[in-house]
Amino acid sequence: MNKKKLLAGPYLLWMVAFTVIPLIMIAVYGFTDRTGAFTWENVTAMIRPEHMKALWLSLKLAFLCTAVCLFLAYPLALILKAKGVKKGSFVVMVFILPMWMNFLLRTYAWLNLLDDGGILCTLLEKLGLARFSIIGTNTAIVLGMVYNFLPFMVLPLYNVISKIDENVINAARDLGANGFQVFRRIILPLSFPGIVSGITMVFVPSMTTFAISDLLGARKIMLIGNIIEQEFSTAANWNLGSGLSLVLMVFILISMAALSHYDKNGEGTSF
Amino acid sequence: MRKHAERKGLRQKHQGRRVQAAAALGVLMASVLAGCGLGEGDMAARYPNGEVKVYNWGEYIDEELIEQFQEEYGIRVIYDTFTTNEEMFPKLQAEPGMYDVVCPSDYMIEKMIQYDMVQPLDKDKLPHYDNMGTAYLEKMEEFDPGNQYALPYTWGTVGILYNTSMVQEPVDSWDILWDETYENEIIMQDSVRDAFMVALKRLGYSCNTTDEGQLEEAMVTLRDQKRLVKAYAIDEVRDKMIDEAAALGVIYSGEYLYCKEENPQLAYAVPQEGSNIWFDGWVITSGAQNVENAHKWLDFLCTAEAAYKNFEYITYATPNTAAQEMIAAEYLEDPGVFADEETIGRCEVYRYLGDEMDNIYYEFWKKVK
Repeated sequence: MNKKKLLAGPYLLWMVAFTVIPLIMIAVYGFTDRTGAFTWENVTAMIRPEHMKALWLSLKLAFLCTAVCLFLAYPLALILKAKGVKKGSFVVMVFILPMWMNFLLRTYAWLNLLDDGGILCTLLEKLGLARFSIIGTNTAIVLGMVYNFLPFMVLPLYNVISKIDENVINAARDLGANGFQVFRRIILPLSFPGIVSGITMVFVPSMTTFAISDLLGARKIMLIGNIIEQEFSTAANWNLGSGLSLVLMVFILISMAALSHYDKNGEGTSF
Repeated sequence: MRKHAERKGLRQKHQGRRVQAAAALGVLMASVLAGCGLGEGDMAARYPNGEVKVYNWGEYIDEELIEQFQEEYGIRVIYDTFTTNEEMFPKLQAEPGMYDVVCPSDYMIEKMIQYDMVQPLDKDKLPHYDNMGTAYLEKMEEFDPGNQYALPYTWGTVGILYNTSMVQEPVDSWDILWDETYENEIIMQDSVRDAFMVALKRLGYSCNTTDEGQLEEAMVTLRDQKRLVKAYAIDEVRDKMIDEAAALGVIYSGEYLYCKEENPQLAYAVPQEGSNIWFDGWVITSGAQNVENAHKWLDFLCTAEAAYKNFEYITYATPNTAAQEMIAAEYLEDPGVFADEETIGRCEVYRYLGDEMDNIYYEFWKKVK
């Protein structure tokens, strides 16, 4: 018993130092003004139109990104299952490979791809297609998000789907279910924890990103992450930045709580 | 005109002042603090006169000067860099003795004076102070009365960088940034004060206005302009203009020379309505532990040779008149590099308007975006 407690020590220390204390600091900043007096203003500031606009756009783009990721990842997971463990895990590795590189570098690469005068534009122009501009649009941001977060959807889905017992599927077939019915009644319900976990893991980071929107949005598009980041970096208003992050955190906690309701056994957890 | 090889060299070493501070720091760590491996005793033998802690913009000095200073004065330089005034301020506020000398911009110097974070310069310890042009010192009195605290390091204007092959008409007004013909060809500064300065000056107001009605008006025009703007950027303005990704960009004059070297089609103009003239200056912190050495550092930077070397490297205009004599007429007479008196007369220095007003500016800026 004692030994076990001792082993938890470093983790506990880590958690206190890098999670609990920073959280308390954010709360302290969030509920005080510059002079240190208590205020609700930083938290209620979220309902100001310019913040609501950014929050709404973030929600919209995060939702879109999650939908695209799910749409791409689910069939992939099914294919991987069909390929069997050996071949399947190789393909998964190929998918994860980009994650070995720094996320910012990859986003910079996308900037070079999509930028005016970038690779994609030059190619399209050479092919005689009209000059078009994608950088600085919502599309560019969603593309960047999908690219960066897709592995977080693939992994939990693959994890859950590959564990579905082949005998269950065969039994359904024996009992006369057609392909669609097997998918609808067997595979989909059994893979639900993976879907939930994948959605959480894609939705949360895309909801809060600021680096992707900064690089691919030409700074014309402000997501809620950008608003908060700039409160710290350029506006030097740590109190407002903290207040807004608290609200965002509550938002995310609620959505995670709602989602985890469906993943009681934590089957979808991939790491 | 520089030879091709030299220009390539210039490109490699010149990364602009506000970019890649981290990379710059890495290089500096390697070159300057190579003495880290030395023991205490070795350090004392090598730098008998102690140390000085310097906090500067990223890539804002010719690093050879640091080496040279260490050699000549026997003082070890501990050198760190920052990317924005706003990043520097809270660090120094939290620990006033963390650095001895800092190089903020005009309005930030004013703020630091108000917060008692700087101490007056002892001009007796700065024999080369006379190299500073009186015209610049006079202008700096707007935020540092009596030139008590700040030693000018670089100066310049904010203006329009434009591509002469894409813009045929003369560029002499901020209005061109609202011209429909240049839809998606305009790059605006992504900093609150600079963006509002453009709009306020265009409307004929001061760029230090505290009138919310005027700010509201400026905000509305900026919001209308957004449709035409290709991107809001700070450092990237330079690269985008060189790559001809846009026809017009709002930029600091200090970047112009580098841009022109890279793309001769580029030209720079300060609009008739007026603009901002800015100074970056050295101040000694109130918590400085090496005041004596800090003065030596500043005086070293005031020497004509050091200032000239710095100009060659960072290409931002120097207020050092002795160094100006060494600079080729080609640069000295280029109003984009060294603004003439008439232009300076049209320009206004940014003032520190108080934290409350800063917040109001920023709230309006968020409404633009």
